Amino acid sequence: MSFRQAYWDEPLLMEKRSAPEVPIDVSELVPPKLRRVGLAIPNLAEFDVVRHFTRLSQMNFGIDTGFYPLGSCTMKFNPKFTEELAALPTVARIHPDQDEATVQGALRLLYELQGILAKIAGMDAVTLQPAAGAQGEYTGLLLASAYHRDRGETRNQVILPDTAHGTNFASAGMLGYDIVEIPSKDGRVDLKALGSAAGDKTLAFMLTNPNTLGIFEEHVLEIADVVHAAGGLLYYDGANFNAILGRTSPGKMNFDIVHFNLHKTFTTPHGGGGPGAGPVGVKKALEPFLPVPLVSLNGRGYHLDYDRPKSIGKVRAWYGNFALLVRAYAYILRMGGDGLREVSDRAVLNANYVRHRLQGVLDVPFGGLRKHEFVASAASLATKGIRTVDLAKRLMDFGYHPPTVYFPHLVEEAMMIEPTETETKETLDAFVEALTKIVGEDPDVLRSAPHNTAVRRVDEVRAAREPILSARMAKAAKPAPS
Amino acid sequence: MLRAIGLQSVDDLFADIPAAVRIPKLDLPDGLPEDVVVARVTSMLAANKTVVDMPTFLGGGSFDHFVPASVRAITARSEFYTSYTPYQPEISQGLLQALWEYQSLMCELTGMDAANTSMYDASTALGEAARMAHRLQGGKVFLIPRALRHHRRAVLANYLVGTGVKVREVDYDRATGMLDLGKLHEALGSDVCGVYVENPNFFGRFEEQLQEIRDATKAIFVVGVNPIAQAIVRPPGDFGADIVIGEGQPLGTPMNFGGPLLGIFACRQEHIRKMPGRVIGLTRDANGHRAFCMTLQTREQHIRREKAMSNICTNESLLAVAAATYLSVLGSNGLRRVAADNIRRARGLAASIDKISGFTAPIFRGAHFNEFVVRHKKGYPAVHRALLEKGVHGGLPLGRQLPELRDSALFATTGRHTLEAVARLLAELEAFR
Repeated sequence: MSFRQAYWDEPLLMEKRSAPEVPIDVSELVPPKLRRVGLAIPNLAEFDVVRHFTRLSQMNFGIDTGFYPLGSCTMKFNPKFTEELAALPTVARIHPDQDEATVQGALRLLYELQGILAKIAGMDAVTLQPAAGAQGEYTGLLLASAYHRDRGETRNQVILPDTAHGTNFASAGMLGYDIVEIPSKDGRVDLKALGSAAGDKTLAFMLTNPNTLGIFEEHVLEIADVVHAAGGLLYYDGANFNAILGRTSPGKMNFDIVHFNLHKTFTTPHGGGGPGAGPVGVKKALEPFLPVPLVSLNGRGYHLDYDRPKSIGKVRAWYGNFALLVRAYAYILRMGGDGLREVSDRAVLNANYVRHRLQGVLDVPFGGLRKHEFVASAASLATKGIRTVDLAKRLMDFGYHPPTVYFPHLVEEAMMIEPTETETKETLDAFVEALTKIVGEDPDVLRSAPHNTAVRRVDEVRAAREPILSARMAKAAKPAPS
Repeated sequence: MLRAIGLQSVDDLFADIPAAVRIPKLDLPDGLPEDVVVARVTSMLAANKTVVDMPTFLGGGSFDHFVPASVRAITARSEFYTSYTPYQPEISQGLLQALWEYQSLMCELTGMDAANTSMYDASTALGEAARMAHRLQGGKVFLIPRALRHHRRAVLANYLVGTGVKVREVDYDRATGMLDLGKLHEALGSDVCGVYVENPNFFGRFEEQLQEIRDATKAIFVVGVNPIAQAIVRPPGDFGADIVIGEGQPLGTPMNFGGPLLGIFACRQEHIRKMPGRVIGLTRDANGHRAFCMTLQTREQHIRREKAMSNICTNESLLAVAAATYLSVLGSNGLRRVAADNIRRARGLAASIDKISGFTAPIFRGAHFNEFVVRHKKGYPAVHRALLEKGVHGGLPLGRQLPELRDSALFATTGRHTLEAVARLLAELEAFR
């Protein structure tokens, strides 16, 4: 596959020639002390604005552009019909403070989605409020804390495996908890290490299963027993849910709390980094603590239930990222129970297929099956002077978005590959062939890659050393030596 | 493909899942064709009354501004909306430039030097701002206005759990609706890490005392703004604010029943290394061409883990692109017109309501933006119910949050209210004369 990304020498908005400013008299409208002088937003023809952003879009790579095997991010096809539904005036033009009687359709959708997600996760209740996975984690830990406090216990220790996502550490850190990181054994949770870490201070153990190596933690019930015996709760990071739909569930694995990433598993578009949606499901014992409001159904219809005295309160405004929840709901209806199971079947098949075909090209530490993703290592290429970053950059020249790199940390020169279920065998074969070819290339070609993208390798060190985060900072900065 | 892996069946792929945790299937109905799903979801949602079906005078952080079609045309470019966080800058220059332009536009509106690419919404931006004030200043108390949208207060409390910082409220002046400066001075002390005020404030009233509040304290000064009002209002940077936050939904995103939203977050240059969230920096590529990339990542969760400034990963990037497009389409001239038009309409509506016997609008003296408080002498809730019965949605009743305003409601207007919608509201209010 050969590829050349578009390159436009597109000026910044602020560099474009602006039509004259039309001053406007606001003396009657704004108190003297607050009157603004000057506003440096250029006045451009609408067509020029559209052309500007269209050109920028051509210098950007999305799933619709090409294969995007970014591990742990589940970059699968975002169906187009859900975009149309989310743009309906009955979604876009309803205000969140409207009287319940005037938003029964929206409330019904939320109510049903709460129920569907609870079923998928094997949980008893779900809040749709968190805006993203990390906020789901934060919410989940607040729930765990409220649960323990309600039982008269103060627990402030969160245990994490070394394969955990960075957000797990950050969520626990934000809440001021003590973090105990336990090392993996053969790519899995070390039960002995977990046993010695867990105790009467353990608030929760956070785990993603399959873990970030794509390995299913087959001792999950023993893990649950250890955590529960210590009085702690078991938290399921749902980032890797795409591997297990219809095969197992966090509830069945004895997890107490789970967050979903609807922008991963239920394919709401990633939007260049957001918006997402991170609902949280819990077992019965934690239900009283869920954020307000939950959507309930009574004799008069669907209802926003704020009467929840033990609730942790709120983690964001209103009810969640509604327009994303509509997309996820429609996707689930479209797929159904049978279709969602097939999602995981194909996702796991694709991952194992690529892993198998890469044998002899890259090392894949740890034996056995993988679920929806796997982690390869480029460590053996070090003798040729090639690092993972070089492979990643060179893959772009072949029209692929690179996999996640340098994560998880326990694998040296890691490359985390998640093909997802929506890719064909042809695409996977071509990707493997490209990677095979790249590994055999002249190392200099790799180290100077990418060659075919809009710009060449970007100087990230310089960006961090002399941060220029706005036009205002650019103007104030000394002219950069080139 | 199974053969290539050396397996017999799809079930073999799941052999590593122990029998004890397996489930036979998902307990959900089978999938449906696309047309059936579209019909079903559309029909379910048809039970909603939109603001087109029903003249609606709600604001309080979510506004029904007109969105030029070009905004959606750009955010519907699948190169943008089907991409992920631009970890790989060479292949993501378009999004990176758009987000850098967004940051620049937010700096221009707020008078700050730097902005991040977004927080989830204004309430989480407030939570993050308070945490940042604590990082910068230490201290045990964060001051907020008592007149503040309730969910912002509630979210703030949850964001401060790990810091030990307590929230204290400062009351408002009963005549002007602005912050009571006397009460502010009483609340200030050496243990205060930050002070938060909004302009326009919760009542839609312009907060004219930004300089006085700045001068009253050395603590971190956080100002919440409405980005559209900023077109004609002096930026908080002019008054010495350290951090500016706001709800960016009015900039090109529909209301969507409250989500997604866009948390604006900007600060002074000296604070950038303590700022939460993703930021885009300007740099060069290997050939010396201008290029952009995510930067200062050592503040973030995937590098710094538990020492990160925030756990935020997925944010609201596409809404930031929408905001940049919206502001570019309007330009300074268009944005000023929208802002001025909002004030005139709100003023006109308030005056018309005030003329109806029994009603007072606005109840606070002085200049407002596009919201104002309406009081009815016999109490507002009965008015609200009667309006609903007539197919008109009144403002946000205030009694639940501020008991002294149980007879009042917060009304909002934007350029989208038709003359007919306003006339219907006024006609229904006349019935309470």
